[in-house]
Amino acid sequence: MGFQILIQLIITGLAWGSIYACIALGFVLIFKSTDIFNFAQPELMMFGAYIAFTLITTLKLPFVLGFFCALILMVLIGSLLEMMVVRPMIGEPVLAVIMVTLGLANVLRGLTGLFWGYEELQFPSPFPEEPLIIFGAAINQAEIYTILATAILLVIFFLFFKYSGAGISMRATAEDTRTAFLMGINVKGVFTASWAIASLVATIAGVFLASFTFLEPIMGHVGLKALPAIILGGLDSVHGAIIGGLIIGVTENLAGFYLEDYLGSGINEITAYVIVLIVMMIRPYGLFGTKEIERV
Amino acid sequence: MLQVNNLEAVYNDIILVLRGISLDVPDGSIIAFLGSNGAGKSTTLTAISGLLDYEDGEIMKGTIEFDGHAIHKMDPQEIVRLGITQVPEGRRVFGELTVDENIRVGAHTRRDGKAEVEQDYNMVLGYFPVLRDRLKLQAGFCSGGEQQMMVIGRALMARPSLMMLDEPSLGLAPILMSEIFEIIKRINREEKVSILLVEQNALMALAVSEYGYIMENGRIVLDGPSKKLMENEDVKEFYLGIKEGEERKSFAEVKHYKRRKRWLS
Ligand SMILES: Nc1ncnc2c1ncn2[C@@H]1O[C@H](COP(=O)(O)OP(=O)(O)OP(=O)(O)O)[C@@H](O)[C@H]1O
Ligand SMILES: [Mg+2]
Repeated sequence: MGFQILIQLIITGLAWGSIYACIALGFVLIFKSTDIFNFAQPELMMFGAYIAFTLITTLKLPFVLGFFCALILMVLIGSLLEMMVVRPMIGEPVLAVIMVTLGLANVLRGLTGLFWGYEELQFPSPFPEEPLIIFGAAINQAEIYTILATAILLVIFFLFFKYSGAGISMRATAEDTRTAFLMGINVKGVFTASWAIASLVATIAGVFLASFTFLEPIMGHVGLKALPAIILGGLDSVHGAIIGGLIIGVTENLAGFYLEDYLGSGINEITAYVIVLIVMMIRPYGLFGTKEIERV
Repeated sequence: MLQVNNLEAVYNDIILVLRGISLDVPDGSIIAFLGSNGAGKSTTLTAISGLLDYEDGEIMKGTIEFDGHAIHKMDPQEIVRLGITQVPEGRRVFGELTVDENIRVGAHTRRDGKAEVEQDYNMVLGYFPVLRDRLKLQAGFCSGGEQQMMVIGRALMARPSLMMLDEPSLGLAPILMSEIFEIIKRINREEKVSILLVEQNALMALAVSEYGYIMENGRIVLDGPSKKLMENEDVKEFYLGIKEGEERKSFAEVKHYKRRKRWLS
């Protein structure tokens, strides 16, 4: 029995961890290439999920098609946001840029409330209701699909950044913008692409999260767990963000179950921050980060 | 092929760094571009590459022409496409990328086929065979010499007709320095790439070039065929560190140089 619960907890933890990892990945992608910390990343996730919701329930598109169209729409929205809202802020003081992305987060949340209302909505989950039995443990299928989808996504990203010309240019720009210009790399294009990709990942996270929870304008608050994931992994490390997300997802689930009796309920809410505190004491720049990064 | 005419440039709207400089890089030549620290050499290259904007600088006056195009209003990408590449000061390898990726990223603007790019990749490795054993290594771990070769190779991958090198000898051992200069000469000859060579090491630069410009305080103070410049008393004294009857300049004479510089400008 204990063993089955452990499996359940770990899988649920990995599913949540995948969501954190996707949000964290969006943060890191944008931060690495543009040096901007996009506080609206969790709201992009929420907004993407709502758009998918409308396409699937109101326009009655089949789930896969609706999901796909939502991805395309969010890529466009992300690109436009970069070109119209963020790009004019390049070179402005850090604080001003932070205010802009915070403002963007509020605008997105407000718009969502306006169009879709503030109450919880049931997302049309495409995954079978009945649990999957693994080693005797009953597992929610949506969680399994979330983990699989995230894993596939990450492999695609890895291949893209490792082998494609565009991916290599993006890494080069992330490392040294000035020299990227000298190479004739379309740096503005890279900035836009980083927002487009971050929006894409956000939408994927949003749709999966909604399919094992529900939709609400404040669902972006799970982003608060992505922050520790990034700090844990290192602000400028893509694989750090992913591993950080998974670690936090799993440990908070385990802690929530095993420590609740001793430390009270709500322990799972703070686990992430406790882990981060411990890691920060040992490695102030995160598990995989480089030393010179400034923290915002 | 490249003509800079009366270029004036400022940083941050106020600091006048280039005070009307003109220079000429004829087709197929190697041109030395010398001057002491802070003279404005790198700024000139930045302006030619179209990157002043990015550095918060601006061209106030003058023009830059390349093969009949006025390029001083173009963006960096177009300028690379037209055939000008730069090997920046301090090398600036992409340290997190592998040596292989660093070289290939230079071909970013190429629109001709894969086969041509592959051919140039092999050409680069032909000039710098030591890089062959390093291809999968992260560039940040390479030695200074290897990094210098890598960035020259990277610049060659764009198939430039003009390559601007900013102090390629910086921080290299003398023997490696002469090797790099030898290769620059070969690239100029074999690949028909014109070279604009910024150097602190005036002796080496004048030895490989046909013509030289000397810059002080944002102005060109002297120019002429490299052979003539090497014989010029002032150049000998101030840039080559040779004085009649003496081997090396001393500190006292460096002060003297300050006084004499006024005459030069
Ligand atoms: N981004 C910048 N903003 C403001 N001033 C700058 C900037 N870059 C260079 N300068 C100033 O412009 C002047 C010319 O600098 P530049 O780098 O062009 O000189 P240089 O001839 O290349 O010198 P060195 O031989 O030391 O490389 C210097 O006084 C420098 O302080
Ligand atoms: Mg310089």
